[in-house]
Amino acid sequence: MGRYVLRRLLQLIPVFVGTTFLIYWLVWAVPGDPFAGKCGERRCPDAYIDKMTELYSLDQPLPVQYFKYMSNLLQGDFGTTFGGQDVGALIAAAYPNTAKLAVVALLVEALIGLTAGVLSGLRRNGFLDNLVLVSTLFLLALPTFVTGFLLQWFLGVKLGVIRPTVSAEANFSELIVPGFVLGSISLAYVARLARTSIAENRRSDYVRTAIAKGLPMRRVVGIHLLRNSLIPVVTYLGTDLGALMGGAIVTEGIFQINGIGRTAYRAIVTKEGGTVVSVVVILVLVYLFMNLLIDLLYAALDPRIRYE
Amino acid sequence: MSDPGENVEAAVRPGVAPGGLHTAETPVPAPATGKPRGQFADVWAELRRKPMFWISAFLILVFLVMAAFPSLFTSIDPDQGSLRDNLQGPSKDAWFGRDIQGRDIYARTIYGAQASIVVSVIATLGTVLIGGFIGVVSGYIGGWVDGLLSRIADVFFGLPFLLGALLILFTFNPPGSAPSKLKVEALVAVSLMVLSWPVSMRIMRSAVLSVKEADYIVAARALGASPFRIVLRHVIPNCLASMLVYSTILIGSFIGAEATLSYLGVGLKSPAMSWGIMINEAQQFLRDVPGWLFFPAAFLVTAVLAFVMLGESIREALDPKLR
Amino acid sequence: MRGSTPRNVAAGLAAVAIVAAAAGCGDNKDGGSGDSAKTADGAISMHGVQPQNPLIPGMTTETGGGKIIDYMFSGLMRYPAGGGNPEKLAAESMETTDSKVYKIKLKSGMKFHDGTPVNAKSFVDAWNWAAYSPNGAPNGTFFNEIDGYKDVHGEDPDGEGPKKAPTPTAKEMKGLKVVDDLNFEVTLSAPFSIWPTKTGYAAFMPLPESFFKDTAAFGKKPVGNGPVSFVSWQDNVEVKLTRFADYSLDDKVKVKDVTVKLYQQDSAAYADLQAGNLDFMEQVPISALAGQKWKSDLPDRAIETNIPTNGIIAFPLYDKRFQNADLRKAVSLAIDRQLISDKIFFGSRPPADSWANPSTPGNPSASCSVCKYDTAEAKKLLEKAGGFSDEMVFYYNADSSHKEWMEAVANSVRDGLGIKARAEGVPTFAVFRQMIDERKMKGPYRAAWQQDYPDVENWVGPLYVTGGSSNDGDYSNKQVDALYKEGTSAKDLEGAHAKFAEALKIVDADVPSVPVYVYKSQAGFGTRLANVKVDHVGELDISAVELK
Repeated sequence: MGRYVLRRLLQLIPVFVGTTFLIYWLVWAVPGDPFAGKCGERRCPDAYIDKMTELYSLDQPLPVQYFKYMSNLLQGDFGTTFGGQDVGALIAAAYPNTAKLAVVALLVEALIGLTAGVLSGLRRNGFLDNLVLVSTLFLLALPTFVTGFLLQWFLGVKLGVIRPTVSAEANFSELIVPGFVLGSISLAYVARLARTSIAENRRSDYVRTAIAKGLPMRRVVGIHLLRNSLIPVVTYLGTDLGALMGGAIVTEGIFQINGIGRTAYRAIVTKEGGTVVSVVVILVLVYLFMNLLIDLLYAALDPRIRYE
Repeated sequence: MSDPGENVEAAVRPGVAPGGLHTAETPVPAPATGKPRGQFADVWAELRRKPMFWISAFLILVFLVMAAFPSLFTSIDPDQGSLRDNLQGPSKDAWFGRDIQGRDIYARTIYGAQASIVVSVIATLGTVLIGGFIGVVSGYIGGWVDGLLSRIADVFFGLPFLLGALLILFTFNPPGSAPSKLKVEALVAVSLMVLSWPVSMRIMRSAVLSVKEADYIVAARALGASPFRIVLRHVIPNCLASMLVYSTILIGSFIGAEATLSYLGVGLKSPAMSWGIMINEAQQFLRDVPGWLFFPAAFLVTAVLAFVMLGESIREALDPKLR
Repeated sequence: MRGSTPRNVAAGLAAVAIVAAAAGCGDNKDGGSGDSAKTADGAISMHGVQPQNPLIPGMTTETGGGKIIDYMFSGLMRYPAGGGNPEKLAAESMETTDSKVYKIKLKSGMKFHDGTPVNAKSFVDAWNWAAYSPNGAPNGTFFNEIDGYKDVHGEDPDGEGPKKAPTPTAKEMKGLKVVDDLNFEVTLSAPFSIWPTKTGYAAFMPLPESFFKDTAAFGKKPVGNGPVSFVSWQDNVEVKLTRFADYSLDDKVKVKDVTVKLYQQDSAAYADLQAGNLDFMEQVPISALAGQKWKSDLPDRAIETNIPTNGIIAFPLYDKRFQNADLRKAVSLAIDRQLISDKIFFGSRPPADSWANPSTPGNPSASCSVCKYDTAEAKKLLEKAGGFSDEMVFYYNADSSHKEWMEAVANSVRDGLGIKARAEGVPTFAVFRQMIDERKMKGPYRAAWQQDYPDVENWVGPLYVTGGSSNDGDYSNKQVDALYKEGTSAKDLEGAHAKFAEALKIVDADVPSVPVYVYKSQAGFGTRLANVKVDHVGELDISAVELK
């Protein structure tokens, strides 16, 4: 186990370097001057461009830039934006909101998705099953920006039951609707996964034995069936949490949530290369560790799995 | 998740695909043993009985025809319109109403199918072929090649999907070069591929791993069959099923992903027409001409639904436990 | 200028910006009078966008930061709401006999927010800092008329790319001279009668001594001399400002706290405005303008104001195909401005009919002879010019809402001239701007010009004089240059304006670019506010606003 974790951790290093370099290259190697649009409808003074170019080492070869950036990063310095803001502080302010939103979305997925999945798995091909299938797939197919925009307008402006945007504090209660919008995409998968898993296990020997033993149905489902069927769902939710932690560009934008996705999108659009790279570095790190955790969790849940 | 497999990593990471639209669990059905033809016959018999299969297949057929021959559905030029008639609701002349340039929304929705479907089909084919190929190589050869390819896949997999696509498109959308429609479509398709191939690579790799040591493969090897032949005749047919399911779901997600990228302003752009572009243009005028957003969105949802439903029915038909 | 800068990001109506003057408020409904006790401890919130540069007057080039700078600083001059000539603010007097040497006397007793006095040195040092090119201030070029500017500001000789600008020979402009605490003298390198008007622009604000000790720290926590002082800036969330108790000039604010909420999407801000979470939005989104819905969404809380900005289509004169004036005239005549104004802008941006903004002092009205819609004449001119066989592509930056009107222009030209034409978006303003800077535009492109200061000079010098700072099409006509020079050295404004009008007549014959429409701003405010007025560029007048 320890060796396995160590090996996985070692594997993370080349992946981390590769991903960050790829991003760095994408951001900075672009033909195009990031400062060209900074002076409105007139050309920027050369002095300004010279100064910024030097400040961000853009006149140096790419590997040198990357190396400089990474060595600063290892010392905890994320650099600054063109506007002089500390990128580290920017991320520190945005990340908790993204994490909160991710948790709310995950809860939505788990609660609604699991309930729907279990119910339809127990009564396959019934009316409820088909209803769940069509409604969750509908939510999946509906683009987030449509769902978000409609809910914001209808609940926030028309009915006035929610704040149309999320405040700077981003309380959990304000995040329910955005969380639903974000979670609605995965709802279908969670429900399908739970349904399939329940349906498969329903016919397994141990369930048959339990029923034959004369256990009440509620106990069979609650204790035996559910526990065993949850494994793939839990792993999926774990992976999904990893993806949700990457920020939700569209949802955060619509509901004015100061999260990591919105920060990254803004940085891409304004060509704030330093911010983009730093945000992605954090996201990649989170992602890689989440995956490691999930693999370990998976093994913990399913004793049949052994590490090589 | 019937077969956790020997390698935790491979089995665990499911088909997480298009970002905001992290796709499905990728079912890795139990490796079917026996002759593939027999299996397919079974599956077909099973599929034929499913109304969901017929509905989705019919819808997909309609969309494919729409993409190939839009003029069968409308005789109106989607590019022409009079500014004087703009932002009108549905009428006898313009069934879905008119957009801000006075163009017919129905005609644009029909013509929009092409870009949406071409992009997602190309991207899916690319993802499945490239990812699948690398997966087979990685799984079959194993050793350091497997290690290297898997790490490279990890690198691309680590990029958050939407962010990655945004970056790629911002970087390579050639400004001012009057990009032809095909070029932009190809660019969007390529960026979707670049970020999704690791998933299909993993599916293929784990499928290969699970059949590599099967008796009939060992036997074929002992008979002196070349690796190429083994892979082609024995390994790939056994993995096709899972890839097929994955592809149908992927097409659905890609249609949605294309729309999201267009919404964010980096996907296809005019003069190309796609449902995503239309939804993006229409959102400002949702309160005036709801049909402008509603109709392309309805087509989009139906198309995604059709592909996902097709995938679902094939998957159910493939899985003997669910019969 | 600051105009169409990356205000965009979230998709705004584009470019509305900060500095300059404008005339007449349209249907100005100010929400009645307020409650003075409530006002005195009250707080208001308004829409804003994240500043992209440090909050330093010489560095701020876009609307996000510009708005905050404008509230926090008080310059020599102020541009009154509703247009008209600038008024003195921090200046007690500004005298000249030859339009070349200006003697400036400051009002006494003014203080910065940190308690230090505002004196002549605060102005002179700030200007020298911004003009000194190694400091890299984007607004440094605003000082180019001052004697000695060339010695402190080096420009890259070939005007592009990798070569570095030479290090300047002096650190301070010799045309600036501090006389005593309240008096200083400015000498220009040539007579320039419009110069006093310029000094209301953000680049000319004074800076306290603390700035020169640590400019980086200042950019995050600026100290100004305006009616409100800086409290905090939470990135992408809000900037908090509060009333400056020791403010000595007459535009004091009545409310206590002002919060600028930083939005990324104006639809989100508009939803907040309707739900009562936001008090003021200087420009409602297009979705609200369509069908005039904003007026019913915000009953009696909608304000429409003229903005001194024109929407323009510019020609790449460096491209051979666009060097024939008749062709350019034909394109202009084929644009149905009225229809575009009615149908695309829902009447929110009226068609342009003169070369400068109608509200600009000195603008010769209805001076644009090619601003009418006349396809017969257009076709004739096209024929005379030898036709246009390629596809004419109209370029715009896709990160702001220009797509609709640019497509309408392209369609109008296509149908009016019977040639192939379409509009194409360039992904971001940065890329768009770079194509312009490198002279790589392959077709007519959108531009917007917001005057820096209210005078027709600002619509001639930068746009049509050879080498002008925004003469991006490289238009050059010796007569225009000569008339401009005569205008700037004229004894008085009237004489100057006459010369500029003559120059614009030549421009009207050459058509290096064409005015298309005139901006207006459509602001909305919440039910809590009273006595709401907007300033010369449509931003909230924080000195007037009260709470109910």
